[in-house]
Amino acid sequence: MATDNDFFIPDPEGLIPTPAGYFGAYGGKFIPEALVAAVDEVAAEYEKAKADPAFAAELADLLVNYTGRPSALTEVPRFAEHAGGARVFLKREDLNHTGSHKINNVLGQALLTRRMGKTRVIAETGAGQHGVATATACALFGLECTVYMGEIDTERQALNVARMRMLGAEVVAVKSGSRTLKDAINEAFRDWVANVESTHYLFGTVAGPHPFPALVRDFHRVIGVEARRQLLERAGRLPDAVCACVGGGSNAIGIFHAFLPDEDVRLVGLEAAGHGVASGEHAATLTAGDPGILHGSRSYVLQDEDGQITEPYSISAGLDYPGIGPEHSYLKDVGRAEYRPVTDDEAMQALRLLSRTEGIIPAIESAHALAGALQLGKELGPEGLILINLSGRGDKDMDTAARYFGLYEANAVVEEDAK
Amino acid sequence: MSGTVELLNRTLAAARAEDRAALVGYLPAGFPTVADGVATAVAMIEGGCDIVEIGLPHSDPVLDGPVIQTADDIALRGGVRIVDVLRTVGEVHAATGAPVLCMTYWNPVDRYGAERFAADLAEAGGAGCILPDLPVEESGAWRAAAERHGLATVFVVAPSSRDERLATITAAGSGFVYAASLMGVTGTRASVGASAEDLVRRTRATTDLPVCVGLGVSNATQAAEVAAFADGVIVGSAFVKRLLDAPDTASGIEAARHLAGELAAGVRKRG
Repeated sequence: MATDNDFFIPDPEGLIPTPAGYFGAYGGKFIPEALVAAVDEVAAEYEKAKADPAFAAELADLLVNYTGRPSALTEVPRFAEHAGGARVFLKREDLNHTGSHKINNVLGQALLTRRMGKTRVIAETGAGQHGVATATACALFGLECTVYMGEIDTERQALNVARMRMLGAEVVAVKSGSRTLKDAINEAFRDWVANVESTHYLFGTVAGPHPFPALVRDFHRVIGVEARRQLLERAGRLPDAVCACVGGGSNAIGIFHAFLPDEDVRLVGLEAAGHGVASGEHAATLTAGDPGILHGSRSYVLQDEDGQITEPYSISAGLDYPGIGPEHSYLKDVGRAEYRPVTDDEAMQALRLLSRTEGIIPAIESAHALAGALQLGKELGPEGLILINLSGRGDKDMDTAARYFGLYEANAVVEEDAK
Repeated sequence: MSGTVELLNRTLAAARAEDRAALVGYLPAGFPTVADGVATAVAMIEGGCDIVEIGLPHSDPVLDGPVIQTADDIALRGGVRIVDVLRTVGEVHAATGAPVLCMTYWNPVDRYGAERFAADLAEAGGAGCILPDLPVEESGAWRAAAERHGLATVFVVAPSSRDERLATITAAGSGFVYAASLMGVTGTRASVGASAEDLVRRTRATTDLPVCVGLGVSNATQAAEVAAFADGVIVGSAFVKRLLDAPDTASGIEAARHLAGELAAGVRKRG
């Protein structure tokens, strides 16, 4: 059984980020003066909360009795037959209340919002999972809630739009730029600049200005802490590799972090390669990007030679983002983590495979991690042991999947290509 | 060639000597086209602007409201590049002799190279740079380059800036201080608000630099209101809106010239 302390463990090494928010060359705080006071307030309140046992206790209570932590660890042998015979375990963040890992961070920041005396929360969302989690926490805490979502994403994740509205949140469809996650964040920042006195920006990933990359990471660290202990109990050893999808990178940092000191454990992030990195239609920031500044911090960014951000593409709304959290850029550069591209098609095949072999329909985001693990298992062979963060469930993606596989057609049959 | 920070200083000092506020206009480069953008900025100066800021259009204008977002979008779809922005600065300065600054998000400069950008902006005859998402703590390398090339670094202060921080910011800045009078993104507003005056007063307590107020001014009455307590009045979205609303570019340019004239009269009616 988990102890309360597992739920909230700030970076135990205390090495990164620096006080200015740097992970090596990445991170920092590139924000307008109008936001400096608000961002500093978040950082100061977070420091106070870290030192307050009552904060950790309240968060632990919510995570156990509201979210349902610890989340299960499920071995998936029928799926693993397609992964070179390696043993494969899923960390079931899809079983959390609201259906993804996002609730871990949201509950922590909702408590911070209340401590700061703010009454209104804004958030960005891509797939809608962070938006749903935020709307949920705002309902729970009686906070006013506005969620910004790219117009394209409101269409492909319509179920989550309805969920947010059911929970009492206002959902604003953002029509600027690429009408996806990047533009939702732009619009949320505009709102924050204008309403900073009453409003907390409940940022949903490990990007943005300091302290968000560290703060969001700390709230998700529980994923890896639990999984590491569960796997040691079940498999008797550490995994050879930990796989997670990366958009902004929150679920990946959450499961990676507890394994950072375990140098023999490979940390593998799977990026959305869309139609293939060579096609130019992708969101593979660490594979194809360069260091730059987007949304308040220095990190790898998809950009042109004039520093204009290029429009990303992925079938997955949650990974369709041209940036990445700064700690991932740091982990890539120092070689502690590796990042690989996974195409739309590879992810959709993996989504179908897990559904058919294990009765678990994953989110399209998480399916990128599954596809990466299938490949990695073949490289590791039958002795391999792989841990995958199943960051979310696929209910929200049924429309996209139905169109992709033709499930709306009369007498539709999903062909199984992997016997 | 060195940048024209001294020209900027002289221009602001001259306005002060005339007991009036300076009028600072803003226009993104490449809007509606590079050539018409140059013509518009020249018309704004001829109409009465003392200083012009040329915006570097960005794919992600997080600090801009819908009007300037639209202009940036038009400019980028037209293919505007950093070299075009620098060319715009150069041509507007050459045609008018007025000080011309560049206003840009940090990433394009970071990508281009701070030293290279400062050198090329100075070479074009630019007077300085406003970098609204580059906080003073991250600005060391840029400020060194700007100083080497005779360029001002104009920092933005906000109503939420505490007095201690105002002192740090104004000590690092040059040219003038940009006081963002209302909390919010760029765009025209019905009222200018009282927080601006308080911000100018608190900023002046920390520096001898002129304090110019931006965000929200769209007509002569508001310009006069702001001119009563500020050293300069910055107007952006209202000029862009004139162009967006005009039936054709030629009449848009004339509307911008006319607006500059109205605002110039406003900044001379202080008190």
